[in-house]
Amino acid sequence: MDTSRRTLLGMAAMTPLAGTLLASKTRTTPAVDASAAARERIHERYFPDIILRNQDNKKFRFYEDVVKDRIVTINFFFSKCDGVCPRITANLVKVQKLLGDRVGRDVFMNSITLKPEEDSPKVLKHFAEMYHVRPGWNFLTGKPADIELLRQHMGFTNPDPRLDKETEQHIGNVRYGNERLMLWAACPGMGDAKYIAESIGWVIRND
Amino acid sequence: MYYNVYGEKVSRARHNEMLNAAKNRRELVAAGLTSRRDLWKMGLLTAGGMLVAKSGLSAQSNSGSPGSFNLCVVGNQAASPPTTPFVEKLVVMPQAMPVASLSPAHTKSPNTAAGEVRSGDDQAFDQFPPQLLYNFVQHTLNVIMSPQLPMQTVWGFDDSNGNATSPGPTYAAHYGVPQLTRNNNALPPASQNGGFGLPSTTTHLHNAHNPSESDGNPCDFYEIGQFCDQHYPNVLAGFSSTNPPNGDINEALSTLWYHDHRVDFTSQNTYKGLLGFYLLFNQFDTGDEGTGFHLPSYPQFDIPLAFADKVFDPKSGLLFFDTFNLDGILGDKFLVNGKIQPFFEVQPRRYRFRLLDTGPSRFYQYFVTDLNNLSQQNPYWLIANDGNLLPNPLQITSVRIGPAERVDIIIDFKPFAGKTIYLENRLRQINGMGPVPPAGFVSGQIECSGNGFSDILPAGQGNLLLQFRVSGTSVSDGSVDPATHPTFYSLPDTTATPRVTRTFKFDRLNGQWSINGQFMNCGAITPRSIFANPPRLQVQQNSVEHWILSNGTGDWTHPIHIHLEEHQILSRTAGLSVATNTAPLSAAERSRKDVSQLHPNERVLLFFRFRDWLGKYPIHCHNVVHEDHAMMGLWNIVPQGDTVLVP
Repeated sequence: MDTSRRTLLGMAAMTPLAGTLLASKTRTTPAVDASAAARERIHERYFPDIILRNQDNKKFRFYEDVVKDRIVTINFFFSKCDGVCPRITANLVKVQKLLGDRVGRDVFMNSITLKPEEDSPKVLKHFAEMYHVRPGWNFLTGKPADIELLRQHMGFTNPDPRLDKETEQHIGNVRYGNERLMLWAACPGMGDAKYIAESIGWVIRND
Repeated sequence: MYYNVYGEKVSRARHNEMLNAAKNRRELVAAGLTSRRDLWKMGLLTAGGMLVAKSGLSAQSNSGSPGSFNLCVVGNQAASPPTTPFVEKLVVMPQAMPVASLSPAHTKSPNTAAGEVRSGDDQAFDQFPPQLLYNFVQHTLNVIMSPQLPMQTVWGFDDSNGNATSPGPTYAAHYGVPQLTRNNNALPPASQNGGFGLPSTTTHLHNAHNPSESDGNPCDFYEIGQFCDQHYPNVLAGFSSTNPPNGDINEALSTLWYHDHRVDFTSQNTYKGLLGFYLLFNQFDTGDEGTGFHLPSYPQFDIPLAFADKVFDPKSGLLFFDTFNLDGILGDKFLVNGKIQPFFEVQPRRYRFRLLDTGPSRFYQYFVTDLNNLSQQNPYWLIANDGNLLPNPLQITSVRIGPAERVDIIIDFKPFAGKTIYLENRLRQINGMGPVPPAGFVSGQIECSGNGFSDILPAGQGNLLLQFRVSGTSVSDGSVDPATHPTFYSLPDTTATPRVTRTFKFDRLNGQWSINGQFMNCGAITPRSIFANPPRLQVQQNSVEHWILSNGTGDWTHPIHIHLEEHQILSRTAGLSVATNTAPLSAAERSRKDVSQLHPNERVLLFFRFRDWLGKYPIHCHNVVHEDHAMMGLWNIVPQGDTVLVP
């Protein structure tokens, strides 16, 4: 992987430095290698390949198995959260219903616990059953340090360090994105479920 | 010169440390060494157990900065490769040129069969038939931002007359000359976006008094191969209400800008280059210093300047956008009109500059700096706020603006003949929360800044944005001397009793940006309609309202923009509930505005007179990262409005 990345970046670096105009006047086809490098850069920066387990105790590597080549939603929660989590989870249940059989086929939903020491796969299984969650939605746990690393990488952080330490204050946004097309955005987890489903549709593209 | 991610100058040694840390970090990830223990061994994990991954790349391994991911630890993130400033000329965007005809011809109703996406029929096409037609095409461009960086693929506008630039060509429009722009989406497929940007667009003409279907509403987006015809009547507010038939001259606009406004993706798409200027002239602000108000002539001495701060990948040198940021994005490279730190050769006379903060999240405070005489104050003239000429010029030594705000200034270079001077940003900002509060301000954000930090950096230690090389040859200057106290427009009266006073609390709950606890929702996008369904509130056409903007987010600063009508700030009040401690408005703020800064723990009372058009418009934070994360709402203008107090 490392070698191929170097090759790609090398090609990008050979892009000629011609032109001192504000912009060239001709239409150009963007270099495919530049996009490949950009995708790799996004991978490096946001998606550490940590090991997670879902509610069925199945093992997932975060980048290779959860995100890569997929359209995903990602949010953070914990099972005993009585702040914003219940509303957000209930909302996402509605989103799953609205997206219907696209979930598990086109879209993969992921909720990652912020309290992995409490939320074992068994606890997560019980939690998912309580909300009548259907297939295509993973509830994920892992090593606490790994989860913290992932949270930091994914930007689910608060710029005020004191607030950032309070798990009850955790970020309630739902990130949605298309890894292959490098389209990433986020919406509030407490927002209107119908509108969240519509928003996710914006990154379900074939281009 | 070396900078860190906040745009602060750092030593070369420090910069090398940062680059090394970045390299280490990449190698770690590539090697799969991401466990806490591995990172700790490598010294990349801070005492608080946090890796500074969100904002970039940590140099703490070498410098041993204390604390965790922390506001107090500034300047520990490297991003862009070094670039040499002031080696490239300032580029002035070309003037947009019209086309003879559009094919297919414009139709009053949206031409959906031909691929047009528009929210409804033209409201005033017959009343203001376009005299000029423009065919703007959005497509990719390869540009050089610095000779030391590789060619960058960005998105720009092409006027179909050979002017294809980013920022896009500048419109030189005139009141009384209605025009129509066909905006075409010819962007490449998403797989070629280079890491950010959605090829789905809607072009907003910021601050125009335009009908809803031509406003470029965030929800009125269109896809690759589609287009939208936008009718710009170039008519003064009040033409069909308070001041028929031509409108109120005291509502004249001058410096507007166009930019992509695609809901959820505005920050990415504008950062990628979809923006430009729209100048609006009239019989007073003529663009000719021999007539009217005698302001410096366009385009020779009247220069639009688009400011942007960006980040480039340290490895590839390619433009980078932090799509996972929820707070606000700062860059460490400062661009003016698409070039990093350019120089501009000027004559020793007066120039009008139209300064625009294109965001995404940085505020600027502009000073004129002579590096050979740092103790000298260099006053200049403020003539317009948000593109609205003030009643009279104001002599100032600095002015602060936030994302989307504009100021028009006049600098007289005569005293600097033969010298090299700079336009410098001396405002300190370390994250997306807004400028650092002034020293002594009680604030959680800056509890760590009590030890001598100030919101204003010393002269010469800020960000040198633009270098002026003033030639020594004396020249004629036919423009008005602002010191003679010329009079421009009067401020419209604000004593009318409001029909309703509404409150908008800008808030944040668990990182979710909201207005009055509600989130942006386009509602039913199809079928397209000029009315939002459902709207947050219904304003009655041709009525006066007071709007209270209230900051529920503590230490954050939000630049709040409301489309269609300008407002005037009636008061700024500290605190959120009891009307005490009203701060006096600065002279610069006694003006018409379309973006008002909502400072920490503050309420701002605004006067509005909503006129002329019907349809939907947004209110939103113009820190576009907040905007893209739902800090926006839609309201309608309708014949019979509601009186919802907290929409």
